[in-house]
Amino acid sequence: MLCCWIACMMSMNCLINCQFSCTEASLVGDSGCTEMWFKVWDKISTCGLKLHHHYYQFIGSTRVSESWWRKLLLSWVICWTVVSIWIFCYMNSQATEKRKETLASMCDERARMLQDQFNVSMNHIQAMSILISTFQHGKNPSAIDQTTFARYTERTAFERPLTSGVAYAVRVPHSEREQFEKHQGWTIKRMDTLEQNPVHKDDYNPDLLEPSPVQEEYVPVIFAQDIISHVISMDLLSGKEDRENVLRASKSGKGVLTAPFRLLKTNCLGVILTFAVYNRDLPLNATPNERVQATDGYLGGVFDVESLVEKLLHQLASKQTILVNVLDTTNQSHPISMYGSNASDDGLELVSYLNFGDPFRKHEMHCRFKQKPPWPWLAITTSIGILVIALLVGHIFHATVNRIAKVEDDCNKMMELTKQAEAADVAKSQFLATVSHEIRTPMNGVLGMLHMLMVTDLDVRQLDYVRTAQASGKALVTLINEVLDQAKIESGNLEPEGVQFDLRAVLDDVLSLFSGKAQDKGVELAVYVYDRVPEMLIGDPGRFRQIITNLMGNSIKFTEKGHIHVTVHLVEEVIDSIEVETKLLPKNTLSGFPVADRRQSWKGFRTFSQEESIHPLSDSIHLIVSVEDTGEGIPIEAQPRVFTPFMQVGPSISRTHGGTGIGLSISKCLVSLMKGEISFVSIPKIGSTFTFTAVFTSSSSSSKEYKSQQINNHTNSVSSEFRGMRALVVDPRPVRAKVSRYHIQRLGIHVEVVSTFKQGLSIISQRSNVTHMVLIEQEVWDRDLNSSSLFINNLEKIDLSTSPKVFLLSNSIRSSRANPTTSGVCNLTVIPKPLRASMLAASLQRAMDDGNKGNPCYGELPSLSLRSLLLGRKILIVDDNNVNLKVAAGALKKYGADVVSSSSGMEAIELLTPPHQFDACFMDIQMPEMDGFEATKRIRDSEQNINNRIHFGELSVQTCNNVLNWHVPILAMTADVIRATHEECLRCGMDGYVSKPFEAEQLYQEVSRFFH
Amino acid sequence: MEVAQMQRRLVDYTKTLFMEFLGCSVLQLQQLQDESNPDFVVEVVSLFFDDSEKLLNDLSTALDQPNVDFKKVDAHVHQLKGSSSSIGAQRVKDACVTFRNFCEEQNIDATLRCLQQVKHEYYLVKNKLETLLRLEQQIMAAGGSIPMIEMGF
Repeated sequence: MLCCWIACMMSMNCLINCQFSCTEASLVGDSGCTEMWFKVWDKISTCGLKLHHHYYQFIGSTRVSESWWRKLLLSWVICWTVVSIWIFCYMNSQATEKRKETLASMCDERARMLQDQFNVSMNHIQAMSILISTFQHGKNPSAIDQTTFARYTERTAFERPLTSGVAYAVRVPHSEREQFEKHQGWTIKRMDTLEQNPVHKDDYNPDLLEPSPVQEEYVPVIFAQDIISHVISMDLLSGKEDRENVLRASKSGKGVLTAPFRLLKTNCLGVILTFAVYNRDLPLNATPNERVQATDGYLGGVFDVESLVEKLLHQLASKQTILVNVLDTTNQSHPISMYGSNASDDGLELVSYLNFGDPFRKHEMHCRFKQKPPWPWLAITTSIGILVIALLVGHIFHATVNRIAKVEDDCNKMMELTKQAEAADVAKSQFLATVSHEIRTPMNGVLGMLHMLMVTDLDVRQLDYVRTAQASGKALVTLINEVLDQAKIESGNLEPEGVQFDLRAVLDDVLSLFSGKAQDKGVELAVYVYDRVPEMLIGDPGRFRQIITNLMGNSIKFTEKGHIHVTVHLVEEVIDSIEVETKLLPKNTLSGFPVADRRQSWKGFRTFSQEESIHPLSDSIHLIVSVEDTGEGIPIEAQPRVFTPFMQVGPSISRTHGGTGIGLSISKCLVSLMKGEISFVSIPKIGSTFTFTAVFTSSSSSSKEYKSQQINNHTNSVSSEFRGMRALVVDPRPVRAKVSRYHIQRLGIHVEVVSTFKQGLSIISQRSNVTHMVLIEQEVWDRDLNSSSLFINNLEKIDLSTSPKVFLLSNSIRSSRANPTTSGVCNLTVIPKPLRASMLAASLQRAMDDGNKGNPCYGELPSLSLRSLLLGRKILIVDDNNVNLKVAAGALKKYGADVVSSSSGMEAIELLTPPHQFDACFMDIQMPEMDGFEATKRIRDSEQNINNRIHFGELSVQTCNNVLNWHVPILAMTADVIRATHEECLRCGMDGYVSKPFEAEQLYQEVSRFFH
Repeated sequence: MEVAQMQRRLVDYTKTLFMEFLGCSVLQLQQLQDESNPDFVVEVVSLFFDDSEKLLNDLSTALDQPNVDFKKVDAHVHQLKGSSSSIGAQRVKDACVTFRNFCEEQNIDATLRCLQQVKHEYYLVKNKLETLLRLEQQIMAAGGSIPMIEMGF
């Protein structure tokens, strides 16, 4: 999941990154750039997708090696660095290009202007040459003299914006020199000396010039504009530049330019434009020779380039931004600068070609920006931004990968630890199992020997020692079982079973377990189960019993006087009756001692806050069970840790009362296993009330018809004897009377409760209702013995067809026996408490059959009860060991059972294939050929088979002894007391186990679960 | 021998037997015997003797084999352990426990030693039990009743 998320994040990042870049690109406002960005975006998104894909592949298949990630990261960083550098270069070049274009356009503009103006000037000069040819040479005498020329040129100077002056030189052959000189009044002077020794303007004196040497012909200047009048009389042919010019001009018939040179006098850099003046109109295709022949003179214009260009540039805006150089590049290797500084600059320079109409001369205009190009900030920020983003993404990626690696490492470590812990747990369990086994085996020896020791001749002190030792040993074995239980629950290995059981019978059993102790202490035990609680429930009776036993065990441990009262209600009923029971008087309890209000203990239960969750129609039965005692209570400070394992109120507790403090925590676990809650309320010196809820399933309505085989109609047969009888309970205490009534009603007897003898008598004397028995609470009896005996007498006096039997409900057998008055009264049977259906039935039966036999001894409960339970039962014993078989058979026979022996599992299976007559089976586990587990499994399979067939009507019920649901109780016989074996037994469908050799108590406990 | 004397001897003998060899199981066995099943103890004990002798023979043969089948040996010893435990022959049982441990280790020498030990214990207990039963029979023959040893159950 994490990996997927990261992959998504990365692609998202790419997306954002690209979008960001795109916006930047659009900011630049270059369509080409945007296009380029889209390409990049495409590339990146595909790359992202690929990455995504790769990621999945890698995560899906193998663990990503760290080096792979490192390489990817490195390539990512390098890739993005390259990309950002490229972006920088690209943007930079774009900017430069644009600058160049601007420069080019500016440069071209200037060049064009210069050229245009030059051409204008040149045209004008050409026009002038025609003018001169017309008026100087066409007329004779000449119409133009120096003054005219000067004035004319002066006044038309605006037409020639680029010329600083115009002059006219005439062609004079040597033959005409003298005449010419005479005519003009000056000699023709040479120019070259002047060129060689340039003079300052102020020092210039034309008279000092040397006359021209003898030449074939001369071209002296005759007219000149005022500003250049100093050139008059100079022979142009004597000047090197001028001579070439003059000759070229006459040949070409077009304007001809000189190379730039320092002008005479002004010493400025200038160019002279020369036009030939022809004496006639020449055709366009005239040869140079013809032209030379036709030449009369030359018109020259001086261009002062520097000042002129300066002037021109002034007219244009943004002069400041660029530098202009004008060069004459006729000689490519040595260009002559005509204008502009020579400051060489490596920076951007642009060249525009100028065409001044002279094909021989080439001119160029060089333009440069004055300032250096500004830093390309936009490119820099963009590329750095992209790089930063990429690095950040890389960092996130890196961090994520590191994180993943770390988490993976941690996970591995954790798994390692878990494995270790699990191994340790297994080791612990094994250790516990082994140790407990190892401890229990010798402990059994110790206990056995102690048992033997007790029957030898011992004095009182020795006997006490032995008893203590035995008790300690038993406590140790119990502790080991409990610790194993706790470990089992904690590891979650314990699953509650779902078998059908009789809740009331379970409670009776538990009650009988504690009855001895309670009688010793003089504590009254009572169980009350609400009428509407179904008779049969489906759940885990063993665990339920364990909880009740734990709670009652605790209660009985800490209670010295008063009572322990177990009540079972339906949760619905309790909710309904909350208001009714609020006026519970402190005296109105079982024994009259005040108790902790149990309603306080269930305040926090979830079940109560969400009442709607309990559907009365659903099959689940929510029970609420309270165990109320009048013991010493739990100190307030110890209450929060009551359910913590091995926590006891104080170290002194375990010394005085024994126990490990694990019981309640086990109970809590078990309760939560039954989807219930447990809580308590305790008031020191008054008592504690523990309450828990548990969820069971009611055995469905159809179950009323079929009774499980094991709940044979034993109880029913007993109770049916009393069905329809009427009983009277004399008890002023309503709670106790309720308990008594509950138990008597279970036998089908109609009960009436009165609080005094007087009321009792009046009811009995009503002839319409025959009262068969009167049960008197001992407390009432003892309070006033006189009225008691009076009541008996009166009872005898009432002439009835059947005089009611009188019973005394006594808390302690000994006290009632010891009481002479009680024993003195005849026809009085003592029923010992705690009341249990089976006990009550037995007592009543005995009294009804023969009232004179006296009280049976109930102290030897297990043996007697065993006898009553096993009498006449048909039991199969399976063991491969003949001796064991014999001994076990003997033991069971002793209790009156009808025993059948079998020495192998196969035989047992045959015998136990329904229909059969067996009530139970005891099976050895370790047998050759087929062990007990396997045999049990097969028996259960065949039972299931038969049950199914009955269910689907393939077999009639009659053929199967009228049993609808075959399930013979199978008990394992094992010398192995280890819990795990027990679990294994239950897993294979066995119902319990007994240890070899048989021990009466354990046998009773196990057997009592099936026979009633 | 007078019956009373024999009875006293029986009681003494039984007590020493328990101290040395037998657990309380034998007492329980005796308690299982009643009017409906008068020969219960004799039956059980003789069954034990038959069984055990057969098992011991089997064990001897099994351990003489060149390739000892320890599984089989273990099964035999388990049987013997079970019956001796039932009868209360505590020392035989203990020897069997040791025997089984060595079986697990597949240690032939030790198992052979154990077999001797088991045999020794077995004959010892057999001897004692036979004496006990003979005493009882003599008492019965003399018309006396076997005194119950009160050990509670």
